[in-house]
Amino acid sequence: MNKSPNILIGSAHPRHKKRERADTRFRWYGLTALGMALAFLVFFFVDIIGQALPAFHQTEVRVDVHYSEAVKSNYNAGIDHKLRRIVSRAWLRTLPALLEKQPELIGQTRTEWVPADSRVDQYIKQHEGHGLKEKYQKTVDAMAAQGNIRQVFNAAFFSSGDSKLPENAGILAAAVGSVFTLLLTMLVAVPIGIMTAIYLEEFAPDNHFTRMIEVNINNLAAIPSILYGLLGLAIFINFMGVPRSSALAGGLTLALMTLPIIIIATRAALRAVPESIREAAYGLGASSLQTVWHHVLPLAMPGILTGSIIGLAQAMGETAPLIIVGMMAYIPEPSSSILDATTVLPAQVYTWSTESLRGYAERTAAGILVLLTVLLSLNALAVALRNRSQQNW
Amino acid sequence: MSTELENKITVRDLKLWYGDFEALHGINLDIYSGKITAFIGPSGCGKSTFLRTLNRMNDRIPSCRIEGTVLLGEQDIYAPEVDVVQLRTHVGMVFQKPNPFPKSIYENIAYAPRIHGLVDDGPDMDELVETALRKASIWDEVKDKLQQPGTALSGGQQQRLCIARTIAVQPDVILMDEPCSALDPIATAKIEELMDELKQDYTIVIVTHNMQQAARVSDYTAYFYLGDLIEFGETSTIFTAPNKQETEDYITGRFG
Repeated sequence: MNKSPNILIGSAHPRHKKRERADTRFRWYGLTALGMALAFLVFFFVDIIGQALPAFHQTEVRVDVHYSEAVKSNYNAGIDHKLRRIVSRAWLRTLPALLEKQPELIGQTRTEWVPADSRVDQYIKQHEGHGLKEKYQKTVDAMAAQGNIRQVFNAAFFSSGDSKLPENAGILAAAVGSVFTLLLTMLVAVPIGIMTAIYLEEFAPDNHFTRMIEVNINNLAAIPSILYGLLGLAIFINFMGVPRSSALAGGLTLALMTLPIIIIATRAALRAVPESIREAAYGLGASSLQTVWHHVLPLAMPGILTGSIIGLAQAMGETAPLIIVGMMAYIPEPSSSILDATTVLPAQVYTWSTESLRGYAERTAAGILVLLTVLLSLNALAVALRNRSQQNW
Repeated sequence: MSTELENKITVRDLKLWYGDFEALHGINLDIYSGKITAFIGPSGCGKSTFLRTLNRMNDRIPSCRIEGTVLLGEQDIYAPEVDVVQLRTHVGMVFQKPNPFPKSIYENIAYAPRIHGLVDDGPDMDELVETALRKASIWDEVKDKLQQPGTALSGGQQQRLCIARTIAVQPDVILMDEPCSALDPIATAKIEELMDELKQDYTIVIVTHNMQQAARVSDYTAYFYLGDLIEFGETSTIFTAPNKQETEDYITGRFG
């Protein structure tokens, strides 16, 4: 043992240097890991946002539109032959219907801004693989030189459903589908999940049966989500006859998947309520129902809400089980009821990502951005709710 | 024992098991009306367990099983027709750790009278809250902040709030499970003073680890050891001339 008077001076200790180096090294390992995680995150966001932003602009071209009787039977007659591949075919197709509604237009030729074809759009945005033929490139260059090409906010992306023409494809149908599906999931999973957790935590006797249920609930939270799709297909579609691809089928399937998450989160929240609160209530002669309802649940509420919202957010981003119940579908029109065929945001993103036209690539990124915004808002809401109602016991 | 004493609680041959473990081996004890009875004994001797049998808080432990009789007045509280909710309004309880509800001071007091329908919200309730807080000697300290959370009070104030909350139900008996073990000496002194005032109206049973406290506040003392009631008698007798050698050993600090 070293008994020298300067024993407390660090540098005098033989192992001091070594210990200090180990500490520094350990701190750097942590910082490196954090730096890598941050780098991935930044890269991901920069990449997605960079790809998605162009999708929020749509190219328009100024052309002469010929409104004539012939357009009613052949919409191609509405535009000069050489411009047919320049303007959006989705827009051209709307001409006959427009003339039905406004017959007074017949016989006129107007100069109008109309949506450009997706290839023109991509060419103007100078994206690789725009797919515009060289002879059209010259036409477009000439139009641009005359100021007949402009970029406007892409409202169609938010107001239309899926389309086989990228310039006309939007997320509305998928967003409506997601809202319907998630609402159903919430209505089914939240009350059942919370009541199950309350029973298991506050009332259930501790025996083999309840312990078996507990183990199974924990296992259910961990099984691959696609299995819930198979379960949903077997129970809801094949057995109960719920329409395939409907928000009802998807919502119920996702509810099955979310249930264990909500049950586990709620039980954890209930368990975190100190036993002394229950004793205080029972000691005053409160019944079980009064104790749970008046004292335990209010204290557990922040945890329950956080768990439920995170469970629902996970359900919102889920695709695998929905493939099995047929929600990976081409849905051009927003559904109007929970029994209509519909799709959801992540499924729409996946569908677009498999398309070959360049215009879908930026819509894929834009769809991801919308989905991320919704998910991050839900998580922020969960955090806000937790912070707002935190109690000190 | 003097004859004019009236039994509030009469316990006969009370045995209690946690699963296979017999925690109490046949307790016979009388708790006298309007007196303070203290239970003392080393940790794990069963005094807290026994206290909890008196208002059936043990019901909440699934493995707990009881034999014998506990009479409150004339009524066996373990009889099948007894409503445990009613029982607990007659036999209130104050716990070791102050456990006010995370609600306002007012709500802490008003909660139980409201769920039992004793009085309606409004002036009657205000009066009841004030009376309870006054009886618990905490009114002067909290009268200006009734809407503040009960959890913001100091430990000693919280414990007196819990006593006030128990009084608000107008029980006959108040059980106190080591009510001062989490408090400093000054807060402890206030609670002891309060117990002395409360025994005018209530029968009090207190479990304590602090023998000086038992000697100071109680009229009767029961010494428990390993699930048996070793000796019961007037506090002055127990502390000066106990009948049993074990009691004397414990009280003089030779063991325990």
